[in-house]
Amino acid sequence: MLDIKKIREDFPILKRQVNGKPLVYLDNAATSQTPQQVIDAIVDYYQNYNANIHRGVHTLSQEATDKYEQARLKIQKHFNAAKSYEIIFTSGTTHSINLVANGFSSLIKKGDEVIVSAMEHHSNIVPWQMLCERTGAVLKVIPMNLDGELLMDVYEDLLSDKTKLVFCNHISNALGTINPIEEIIEKAHAVGAAVLIDGAQATPHLVADVQALDVDFYTCSAHKICGPTGVGMLYGKEEWLNKLPPYQGGGEMIAEVTFEKTTYADLPHKFEAGTPNICGGIAFGAALDYMNAIGFEEIAKYEHELLEYATQELLKIEGLKIYGTAKNKTSVISFNIEGVHPYDMGSILDKLGIAVRTGHHCAQPIMDFFKIPGTVRASFAFYNTKEEVDVLVQGVLKAKSMLL
Amino acid sequence: MPKLLIGIITCCNFVQNKAMEIKEIQEEIIDEFSMFDDWMQRYEYMIELGKSLPLIKEEFKTDDNIIKGCQSKVWVHAELEDNKLVFTADSDAIITKGIIAILIRAFSNQKPQDILDADTEFIDEIGLKEHLSPTRANGLVSMIKQLKLYAVAYQTQIEE
Ligand SMILES: Cc1ncc(COP(=O)(O)O)c(C=O)c1O
Repeated sequence: MLDIKKIREDFPILKRQVNGKPLVYLDNAATSQTPQQVIDAIVDYYQNYNANIHRGVHTLSQEATDKYEQARLKIQKHFNAAKSYEIIFTSGTTHSINLVANGFSSLIKKGDEVIVSAMEHHSNIVPWQMLCERTGAVLKVIPMNLDGELLMDVYEDLLSDKTKLVFCNHISNALGTINPIEEIIEKAHAVGAAVLIDGAQATPHLVADVQALDVDFYTCSAHKICGPTGVGMLYGKEEWLNKLPPYQGGGEMIAEVTFEKTTYADLPHKFEAGTPNICGGIAFGAALDYMNAIGFEEIAKYEHELLEYATQELLKIEGLKIYGTAKNKTSVISFNIEGVHPYDMGSILDKLGIAVRTGHHCAQPIMDFFKIPGTVRASFAFYNTKEEVDVLVQGVLKAKSMLL
Repeated sequence: MPKLLIGIITCCNFVQNKAMEIKEIQEEIIDEFSMFDDWMQRYEYMIELGKSLPLIKEEFKTDDNIIKGCQSKVWVHAELEDNKLVFTADSDAIITKGIIAILIRAFSNQKPQDILDADTEFIDEIGLKEHLSPTRANGLVSMIKQLKLYAVAYQTQIEE
């Protein structure tokens, strides 16, 4: 069992007051909070060995390079990648996806097909639309049902030898649905298509084994797993990373440069142009250490309890409807109260010290599907408590009585 | 605050509006809000305003008049009457609508040049600043910009 009280001690921000009330932070799907252990890693970097990496012979540069590369190894181990150079440091999921979408411009031609799911984050829709515009490929969408589950039989019908790529999030940020990615990957491979899984929302809740999944690309952002903002990773199978052209040109990604021709560096540096977010990468590693020390199995178990409790308590409120009722989901609850605009609900909850997300959650197509302007989304992390769920429920009741 | 009092305040103000200058109206609103003890009363008042006021004719709630605020939608319509600009507006979120009611009370029925010269500091003083933050994504900041744009357009028209 997790000692939540002790875990909460690790997070200085959880002691904060907001609008005179103790902070109840339920916007973890947008970004998670940072434990002291990760803050310490950031401070340690700037206080003790801040230097540019891979290019200095001096001690600081060597130390920074070692720590940065150790972080890459931690990430490799965490996701069980076969090779450390299959882990590319990026600025986050959005960057990772754009890197792949851009690279595929030269591998895709007019008439080819690209499949995305109906419950994607904008960052997993727009880059593919841009890719299709550039290449003349056709974008197809896997629809979902009213519970927020993908229609897998339609997916099978969409697949053909024209399909070159399939993109899907592992877990939906707006609905919490855990998608059947094993099946998605297997069926895509059967027609020879590559698969990118957006793991931004999955990484905080479970461990993806990229080799067992046989996935071609997997992405995540450190800020959703107790790490800092502005850093993340792209996992790519070696054969795919070799096929993709570099994304950005610059220092660090070259082998040799003359004005006639430049040859590119080997993986992973081919995709890591310029000075990276060194401190961020190291802190990303520290964040994985922190979460692994707590243990993902324990985290998942506890978060599931929170989800069940919150669902049960919220549903007692008359007029409350939950969007995203998949059988298999994580600790995300998107809801509305009949007749109440999510913006109004969010504004009043904020006054009560409760941080939730309101709006379309960068997934406008989902809101269009349910014909709503947006939802209120409470997303729980392992450091949240049942008492906080109670505060949320009381807050929703209070807001409802004020607004209706 | 009792609902009755809210009703009286809102009624009076709409009668008085005609002759008052923007600054005076703003002072009056600040006065009114000073009667509230806490945020909850302020919000209840705004919600009441948002619910009670017919702010715009349905025919003007067109896509042309919409200001997309990402989280809540805002519609604004402007007409010139006796060289004064009359605004009507609406929102699908009730708190946004309440703030719109306050803004309209201050800015509607005024000369375009006066609207151009006026500021929105009073929103800060009545404790609703957070809703006018450019990052709030509720359409209000764009709405104020739109009011000013209408004022520019009609001022030019009057000068011609
Ligand atoms: C499913 C999903 N994909 C992508 C992203 C984008 O991540 P980032 O903003 O860190 O690039 C998010 C973040 O909200 C997300 O939830």
